[in-house]
Amino acid sequence: MTNIVASMAGSVWKVLVAEGDEVKEGQDIIILESMKMEIPIAAEKDGIVKKIQIQEGDFVNDEDILVEIE
Amino acid sequence: MTTTISQSDYQLKKESVLQGGQEKYHQKNTEQGKLFVRDRLELLFDDGLKAEDGLFANLLAGDLPADGVVTGIGKIHGRTVCVMANDSTVKAGSWGKRTVEKILRIQETAEKLRCPMLYLVDSAGARITDQLEMFPGRRGAGRIFYNQVKMSGKVPQICLLFGPSAAGGAYIPAFCDIVVMVEENASMYLGSPRMAEMVIGEKVTLEEMGGAKMHCSVSGCGDVLAKNEEEAIAYARNYLTYFPENFTEKPVKAEAKAPTISEKSIEEIIPNNQNASFDMYQLIDRLIDEGSKCEIKKLFAPELITTLGRINGQPIGIIANQPRVKGGVLFHDSADKAAKFINLCDAFHIPLLFLVDVPGFMIGTNVERAGIIRHGAKMISAMSEATVPKMTVIVRKAYGAGLYAMAGPAFEPDCCIALPTASIAVMGPEAAVNAVYANKIASLPEEERASFIAEKREEYREDIDIYRLASDLIIDDIVEPNRLREELASRLDVYLSKYMVFTERKHGVYPV
Repeated sequence: MTNIVASMAGSVWKVLVAEGDEVKEGQDIIILESMKMEIPIAAEKDGIVKKIQIQEGDFVNDEDILVEIE
Repeated sequence: MTTTISQSDYQLKKESVLQGGQEKYHQKNTEQGKLFVRDRLELLFDDGLKAEDGLFANLLAGDLPADGVVTGIGKIHGRTVCVMANDSTVKAGSWGKRTVEKILRIQETAEKLRCPMLYLVDSAGARITDQLEMFPGRRGAGRIFYNQVKMSGKVPQICLLFGPSAAGGAYIPAFCDIVVMVEENASMYLGSPRMAEMVIGEKVTLEEMGGAKMHCSVSGCGDVLAKNEEEAIAYARNYLTYFPENFTEKPVKAEAKAPTISEKSIEEIIPNNQNASFDMYQLIDRLIDEGSKCEIKKLFAPELITTLGRINGQPIGIIANQPRVKGGVLFHDSADKAAKFINLCDAFHIPLLFLVDVPGFMIGTNVERAGIIRHGAKMISAMSEATVPKMTVIVRKAYGAGLYAMAGPAFEPDCCIALPTASIAVMGPEAAVNAVYANKIASLPEEERASFIAEKREEYREDIDIYRLASDLIIDDIVEPNRLREELASRLDVYLSKYMVFTERKHGVYPV
């Protein structure tokens, strides 16, 4: 299992996947908004989305877990 | 011809030394995917060692061939380089008195010959049993670092890390211009995991604490992560082609090549929406000669790209914001990375190209605690002092101190040019309208707010319009995106004769 974490502090703008979805390495799964910029967060490995830990609009800090992938 | 006793004795001794340490240590090396030190040198040089000194060092000890280090001179792409290379089959490449003396002498030779100095490191550190002879004195190991500092910026210094560089030895890479680390085998640490457990009670693996991957992506002590030794050596050979042999010379031009052929044009890859991300590597590929990218610190602070490349054969150093990672925002680590890279290029007359698409420096508690202001100052200081040709291209946006750090107009670039869709401002329209009109917006009835904000943002956009900035001579030119390479090539060609002294003084007080 791998955790996808926030690359920087910001708020969750869009969640592009749902629990149970299959994702590919490099696929954008979350878009954060920080410093007025869209910050895409991609999956680091192929897998299935097990749990989404955040909701759109949440503030997240650097290194916070966003999604668990199995 | 008959062989005399002294001749055969000589051959025996010499061959034995050339073999390095005992067979079992050669086997261990092979198991770890390591090459024997002399095989590494065969790969590194065009045509082997041209001169080697100290082959018989510590011969009388019997079991310390060459005292665990090979020092000599060879050629890379026809140019002279000096090298010291630890032999990990001899007491794990550890240092004794003669090891240190050999390293000092080859450094001094490199300084005299004014040629690059390469350090092929694979060493367990000092031989504690020999410490009085090799540690504290005038020609002790400390002198290696003193020499490195003195040689820095005079000749290129490159470290290829094939194994451990422990304790004091870890400072050899630290003082080099660039450190290439071989995945899994290379490591750098002041105290081993065993020592860490004993002294501070921490349980940690070597890979986690001081491994190649960690140093190349987290600490920034490593610059290039190589899959194996061959790749590391090939990188070093290629890297040197961008550099002159010493600071009195200029980099040599290579044969000009067209960029890689790409489907999409520059105009097509840059999104109109300032806030959307795009991949800056795509722009770089369209500006530089095909196959000329030689990236430094690719895995560390990837929100800022620092890479060597060529335009029409001329070596340049590129500093580019990467909107694909962390929005291209500048962090403490990216500023630190840029400062070293700018310093490196400036020392060896490599012109700088800034590709700017930066929303500013990161804000918030985490980065303030990490000293982002201090690190940002370091980048701005290095960039200001650089006297090589500096070209700045505002690709999309340059907001806040991001404009300053990326060689904005106040920092005397030879040109600051922009693409037609670029924008320069203290902050973007969204943040600016909020900053100026927050109270006003709050006092408006709910239904009027959106239109008020939209109107003010539009006014703001007009205020920072790029043609207005060109009209006021803030930027020097506006360039069609698809003509950017030609524009840069033509400017680079005329800027090459630039000569300036930044200022007269002993030295600045650097915000390190």
